[in-house]
Amino acid sequence: MAQLLQHLINGLAAGTIYALVALGYTMVYGVLKLINFAHGDVMMVGVYMGYATAFALGRDMRSSLVGVAVVFAVAMLGCALLGFFIERFAYRPLREKPRLTALITAIGISFALSYGFQLDIGFLPGAAPRAFPEVIAPVEWLVIGDRDVVVWNWQVISFGIAVALMVGLQYLVFRTRFGQAMRAVSWDHRVAALMGIPTDRVIALTFMLSSALAAGAGLLYAIKDTSVSPLMGLYVGLKAFVAAVIGGIGHVQGAVVGGLVLGLVEEFVVGYAASTWRDAVAFGFLILVLLVKPGGLFGRVTAEKV
Amino acid sequence: MSDAQVKTLGERQAFPPLLSVDGIKVHYGAIQALKGVSLTVGKGEVVALIGANGAGKTSTLRAVSGMLKPSGGRIQFNGHDTTTLKAHQLVPRGMAHAPEGRGVFPNMTVQENLELGAYLRTDTSGIQADLEKSFTLFPVLKERRKQMAGTLSGGEQQMLAIARALLSKPQLLLLDEPSLGLAPQVTEAIFRTLREVNATGVSVLLVEQNAHLALNAAHYGYVLETGEVVMAGPGKALLESAEVRRAYLGE
Repeated sequence: MAQLLQHLINGLAAGTIYALVALGYTMVYGVLKLINFAHGDVMMVGVYMGYATAFALGRDMRSSLVGVAVVFAVAMLGCALLGFFIERFAYRPLREKPRLTALITAIGISFALSYGFQLDIGFLPGAAPRAFPEVIAPVEWLVIGDRDVVVWNWQVISFGIAVALMVGLQYLVFRTRFGQAMRAVSWDHRVAALMGIPTDRVIALTFMLSSALAAGAGLLYAIKDTSVSPLMGLYVGLKAFVAAVIGGIGHVQGAVVGGLVLGLVEEFVVGYAASTWRDAVAFGFLILVLLVKPGGLFGRVTAEKV
Repeated sequence: MSDAQVKTLGERQAFPPLLSVDGIKVHYGAIQALKGVSLTVGKGEVVALIGANGAGKTSTLRAVSGMLKPSGGRIQFNGHDTTTLKAHQLVPRGMAHAPEGRGVFPNMTVQENLELGAYLRTDTSGIQADLEKSFTLFPVLKERRKQMAGTLSGGEQQMLAIARALLSKPQLLLLDEPSLGLAPQVTEAIFRTLREVNATGVSVLLVEQNAHLALNAAHYGYVLETGEVVMAGPGKALLESAEVRRAYLGE
């Protein structure tokens, strides 16, 4: 029983991180019908930005509350900027081209970032994984019984930040003017423009928002994993993409549920079977979901007009 | 200049100028959709653009509303050159376009669709008053205000598209095929409303395949053929012209 509870807690903590990254895939897909394969790598760049900031702040400063806020703020703002430039110079010129062109460009940016960061020229970090500094020093937040169940402070913080970001996003999309514009652009950006909505600006802001979310999630992941490497974006990004598809890509709630479900499935496999099975089961689960519900858990299958 | 070949019938009623389109050209890749279309719409005037499928009616409207950029020619609206402006920049200047196929947002409620029409307005009480006005214009929209727009009938969606366009408080309303796929009674109701809207001072540029309906409602009309204006004249004069009757009214 205690073991089950422990796995539930670990699974949820991991799942919220997947959910945050998955939200980025889903938002960009929502407005552009583009799977932004560079999303995970933008996240990785954000983690390195946080890493550099944490070192610049020094050992005492970085684990203070202000320090943590600065690390997150720098990474999230830096990523928002990166997202803005990627959209402006890589995707916007291809807006009216076939979707496949943008998709391949996204894969290209993904590789450019993940392999570019493996160089060790100038500020680039090189291929070797590095230990991520203890931005949030691990403290046992709650201990039940004789260490039967341990809840760590970073799990609680991570869960709290993730839930706050999700609720904020839900509010933004469904309760604000900008959200209404986003949903209009998502249906048809040409018609949205006829309402006076500056569609280019809405799309750019969506990219910035999703990239900032990715940076936040990436930092939480790095804190949990205590490491950072140029290839983490490919791995976490792919998992989060799976989460978005399981939930039904394009759906805000779907991304959240998909992330949580994937986190739990992985944790249970590691806990009750073997950790080597984790990825196989995660992707197997995706195939299973798509066999039963091709549109994902929240998605509806719509016939594509030809 | 293709202008020389336009056959003009009758005298045009005088309206103060609002929109002037001067020799615009539109290309889709190598295909030329408009070969130099010129037309004008006055303040308070209803102008119809008739012609067969593929004549360039929709392309003309899209160029005027900034949905596509003309490859040549000039568009002036309210005394300003708007040729290179994009669609979202024309809305605050008083242009509203109810696109072909209605273009309502099916995944939003009727109310949300209407609110999007007023996206750029900040006068909350004015928007509320105009919402009520559109509900008196189209009572069925009031009944269905909480319903998803995708569940409305074709006629109701057309009404929603027009009401939504009007909520931006336009000086010029561009309407693309409002009668498409609708039952005759529904079409008549929509054209009746169009006259009411025009009576409040809104100018209308109307694209229609149903030439009879359009020319009856319009002060002035243009006939488009393969990307060029071939004929122009007051609505009634065009209705009586033998060429129009033969080509577009099936006589």
